[in-house]
Amino acid sequence: MGETLDTGTVLLILAAAVATYLTRIGGYVLITRMKAIPQRMEAALNAVPAAVLTTLVAPAFFNGGWDVKIALLVALAVAMRHPGLIMLGAGWAAVMVCRHLFGL
Amino acid sequence: MNRSDFKEGLRGGAIIALSSAPFGVLFGAVAIDNGLSFLETLLMSATVYAGASQLVGIELFGQNVEPWLVVLSVFAVNFRHILYSAAIAKYIRHYTPLQKALAFFLLVDPQFADSIRRGESGQGVSFSWYFGFGAVIYVCWSISTMIGAWFGKMIGNPASIGIDILLPVYFLGMVLAFRSRWGFFPVVIASAIGSVAAYHFVGSPWHVSLGAAAGILVATVLPLDTSSTRELPQESEG
Repeated sequence: MGETLDTGTVLLILAAAVATYLTRIGGYVLITRMKAIPQRMEAALNAVPAAVLTTLVAPAFFNGGWDVKIALLVALAVAMRHPGLIMLGAGWAAVMVCRHLFGL
Repeated sequence: MNRSDFKEGLRGGAIIALSSAPFGVLFGAVAIDNGLSFLETLLMSATVYAGASQLVGIELFGQNVEPWLVVLSVFAVNFRHILYSAAIAKYIRHYTPLQKALAFFLLVDPQFADSIRRGESGQGVSFSWYFGFGAVIYVCWSISTMIGAWFGKMIGNPASIGIDILLPVYFLGMVLAFRSRWGFFPVVIASAIGSVAAYHFVGSPWHVSLGAAAGILVATVLPLDTSSTRELPQESEG
């Protein structure tokens, strides 16, 4: 927890940085060589973010207590009209009410 | 460097920088909560510089997931950038190699969106503008990360002040941001079922890759998108 740098953690962070940089430079490199991306591949690539992110939400919902379930449902409802920080605030407020007022 | 372009970039970037600052604070606090030190937290913001993937990475790091899977997940979340760098290619062709190298490092979502808007409006995406826009967001991201990490250290029990809910809600918001995209519901439903099933039958780290694979597999077998409205322009040049 102190002002330390763990070698393994630093290497992990730098590997993540390199991986990120490759995605940012990759399209430029590919587009100069490739005429068109096959449609099926493009469909798969387009699905990547939603598919990955869903796996971080769904288990949290199903494994979480009522406080977490209610907060995520409130956030989902709010997100239909107010995405971003308002949604984040609503989810946070819901979990605080559940925990501190209702003891869930 | 063109001073007026640079200033215009700073002004445009400042709005983005301020609205992304809460997420920098969030990342800093969550990173400390998941076992990173202050310096490691700052290092991650300064070198990876991709908010969503940083939060994904730190969440998996906290769950003691295998390091290669953490890196792979960061890569997966950032995969959309491949389309970004392909799409802005025609606007930054005149940059020097060094300018290109720096431009790609700064290529976050709003940087991409504003560059495309500027390029399509015919104003041109000068390096002075691009650098000003990106630099202010980058500096603000690092500072807000430090603020979050500093406060994160003083937080005793994250659950009592609701810190633990922020990540799932944030990810939920990111999932929903793609909801107008073609094939969204089949993909999300497949990933949700796949990840929950994998969590129960296989175990913790694997629910991410197995669940994502389920969603991606569904996307490849769905009928192809025939509408002309696409998320990103496809052709970079004639």
